[in-house]
Amino acid sequence: MLVIKDLHAQIEGKEILNGINLTIKAGEIHAIMGPNGSGKSTLANVLAGNSNYEVTKGTVTFNGKNLLEMQPDVRAKEGLFLSFQYPVEIPGISMVNFLKTAVNEARKYRDEKELSATDFLKLMREKKQLVQIDSELLTNRSVNEGFSGGEKKKNEIFQMAMLEPKLAILDETDSGLDIDALRIVANGVNILRKPENATILVTHYQRLLDYIVPDFVHVLYNGRIVKSAGKELAFELEEKGYDWIKKEVEG
Amino acid sequence: MIITEEKIPATDRLKELFDKSREILSDGDASVVNEVREPAMNAFLRMGIPNFKTENYKYTDLTHLFQTENFRRAWTPDKFDVNLKEVFSCDVPQFDTYLAMVINGWFDEMTNHLDLPKGVIIKSFKKAVKENRSLVEKYYGKLAIAETDPMNALNTAFAQDGIFIYIPDNVILPKPIQIINLLRSNDDLYATQRNLIIAGNNSQSKVIFCDHTLTPQTYITNNVTEFEIGDNALVDIYTIQNHHNKAANLSGLYIRQGQHSQLVTNVVSLHGGIIRNNLGVLFNGEHAEAKICGLALSDKNQHVDNFTVVEHAKPNCHSNQLYKNILDDNASGAFTGRINVAPHAVKTEAYQRNNNVLLTNTAKMNSKPQLVIDNDDVKCSHGATVGRINEEALFYLQARGIPEREARLMLMSAFAHEVLTEIKIETLRNRIDRLVDKRLRGEVSKCHLCAMDCIR
Repeated sequence: MLVIKDLHAQIEGKEILNGINLTIKAGEIHAIMGPNGSGKSTLANVLAGNSNYEVTKGTVTFNGKNLLEMQPDVRAKEGLFLSFQYPVEIPGISMVNFLKTAVNEARKYRDEKELSATDFLKLMREKKQLVQIDSELLTNRSVNEGFSGGEKKKNEIFQMAMLEPKLAILDETDSGLDIDALRIVANGVNILRKPENATILVTHYQRLLDYIVPDFVHVLYNGRIVKSAGKELAFELEEKGYDWIKKEVEG
Repeated sequence: MIITEEKIPATDRLKELFDKSREILSDGDASVVNEVREPAMNAFLRMGIPNFKTENYKYTDLTHLFQTENFRRAWTPDKFDVNLKEVFSCDVPQFDTYLAMVINGWFDEMTNHLDLPKGVIIKSFKKAVKENRSLVEKYYGKLAIAETDPMNALNTAFAQDGIFIYIPDNVILPKPIQIINLLRSNDDLYATQRNLIIAGNNSQSKVIFCDHTLTPQTYITNNVTEFEIGDNALVDIYTIQNHHNKAANLSGLYIRQGQHSQLVTNVVSLHGGIIRNNLGVLFNGEHAEAKICGLALSDKNQHVDNFTVVEHAKPNCHSNQLYKNILDDNASGAFTGRINVAPHAVKTEAYQRNNNVLLTNTAKMNSKPQLVIDNDDVKCSHGATVGRINEEALFYLQARGIPEREARLMLMSAFAHEVLTEIKIETLRNRIDRLVDKRLRGEVSKCHLCAMDCIR
C-alpha cells in the first residue's frame, strides 16, 4: 500500500528526515516510536503533504501512485488520512459544513453522487456513536473551536470514521488523553479497522499500544528508522527507555 | 530656490460652480439649508480638497479625483423613459420593505407609500425643507459639521435633495425602510445627496441603504446623512455598497443617540473604486449603546477607507466597533477609529477591533486606532491585526480533501462571517452572506447584482 524509499525532508533548511525506508501492506498496523525530536511528526506531515516541509530526496508510492506529486487534498481523496497532533481551531466554519464539504469532495473524486443534506446527517449520526462525541460539538460549533484536548482527538477519529481512509496516520493521538478518552479513541480505531486498510500509529509512549496492538514497531531516531521489530519492542522501550537505542546507534 | 505651492484649480472650479449655481441651489427659499451654504463653501475653500496632508484623509487622497473631474451635476431630477422602480423591482419573498429610491441624489417621486404607519414620513428632503420646516431647522447641519470636514462642507454647500424620514415617538415600524441610491447617467456625473432621518423617542426602526450604479459612467457621489435617534429608540442601519470600480463613494453618516437608545450600524462594501465612509456616533444621553460594524472586500485597485469617530459625551454608554477587510490584488484599505471619552463620561465602555487579511503582497492596509480618554473610570480596548490566511487552518482543510481554492474561500467566508452575524434581519443577512460568498469567488462582477437579489 505504502512504500517509502530513502525519504529525506527538511524544514527551514534543517534536515529532519534522513533516509526513511518503510513498507506498509494492507491490513497492517505499524507503530512508529522514538524520542522527542526524532522526526516522527515530520514523517506524518510529509506524508500528508504539509508544505512547511520540503522533501529533498526519496520516493513515496501510495497504492502504486507517486504520493509526493499529489496536492494534500488529492492525497486525502486517494485515501490517506492524518489525525493531527494539534487539531486546528477554525472559527466561522461549522463542523457540519466542513465535514459535508470534505465528504462530498471525496465522493466527487470517486465519481459518486454527492450526499444530500439528509443522508449526510444520517451518516454523521451513525458515525458519531463510534467515538461517543457530544452531538452539540458537531451541530452547533465551528471546527474544533472551544473543544477540549480530548474532544479534539475524538473529533479527529470521528472525521476518520466519516472519510473511511485506506491509510490512517495517527500522530500522537494518545497525547493529552485521559484513560477513558484513550479507550474510546482506541476502540474507534479498532472498529474502523478492515483487512484492506492500514494504520500508522505515531506515538511517544507505549500506552496506546495496550489498546491498539501493532504488527510492527519501528524506532525513529535522528531521522532514520534504527530498529524494527514486532510488538514486543514496544514493551522493551517502555521498560528501558530510548537511551539504549541511542547508545546502540551511536556506538 | 523658491517653492511655490501648486495651486489646485479644482477648488477654484468648485467655487466658480458654486457661485454660478447659487440661484438654482437656493430655489428662492430662505431656509436653514440655504443659510449655511456660504459658510460651508468658505470652510471647504479653507480646508481644500482632502489630500494626504489633511489629517483625517491621510490614507485617501482625493486630489487626483477632483482634479480630473468636470462632471455633469444633476441640478434637477433626471428624467428617465422607464419607471426605475419597475426596472429595479425586488422579487425577494419575505423581504417586504418600505422601498424608496434616490436617483442621482434626487428622491424618486414615483415612490409612494400607502401603508406607512400613522405619522411616519418618507419624502424628498427638498420637499421636507419647505413642508417640515421646524424639524429640518431643528436638526439640519447639527451633526455633519462642515467646518471640520471638507466633504461635509462641499455637501452642505451643494445640498439640494435626498431623503427625509421622520418616525414619530413610540412608533414601531413593522418593516424595514429600504433606500436604494441609484446612480444612472449617460455622461459622467457628480451627485450630491443629503439625507435627514429622525427616529423619535421609544421608536423602533431598521433602515437599509443600497448603493448602486446602473450605467458604466464615472461617478462621484457625496452622500451625507444626519440621523437623530431619540431616547429609548432602537435603530439598525445597514448599508450595502455596490458601485462599480469607476465610482467614488464619499459618504458620511452622523448619528446622535438619546439616552437608553440602541444602535446597530453595519456597512458592507462589496464594490467601488474609492469608498470613504465617515461615521460619527455621538452619545447624547446616558446608557446608550452602539454596535458599529463594517466589512469591505476589495480587489484590483479599489480603495476602502472607514473613518469612525465615537463620542462618549455622557456617562454609562457602551460602544463596540468591529471592522474587517479582505484585500486582494493591489487593493488598499484604511481604518481609523477615534474614540473620545469626555472627562465626566464615567463608566464608559468602548471597544474596537479591526482585523484584516491581505491576499497578495501588493495589497495594503492602514489601521489607526485613536483613543482619547479623559477619565479613569472607563473600560476601553482596541486591537488591529493585518495578516494572511492562516496556513495551518488551510492545511487542515486540505488534509481532509478540500482543494486549496475552496479551502481558501471557506476561510475567507468564515473571516467575513463574524461581521455579518451582526445583521439582525435574517433574510438580509442570508442574502448578504451569499453575496459575500459569490464576491469572494469572483462571481459577482456587476454592480447591479444587488444584495436583495433584485432582477433588472
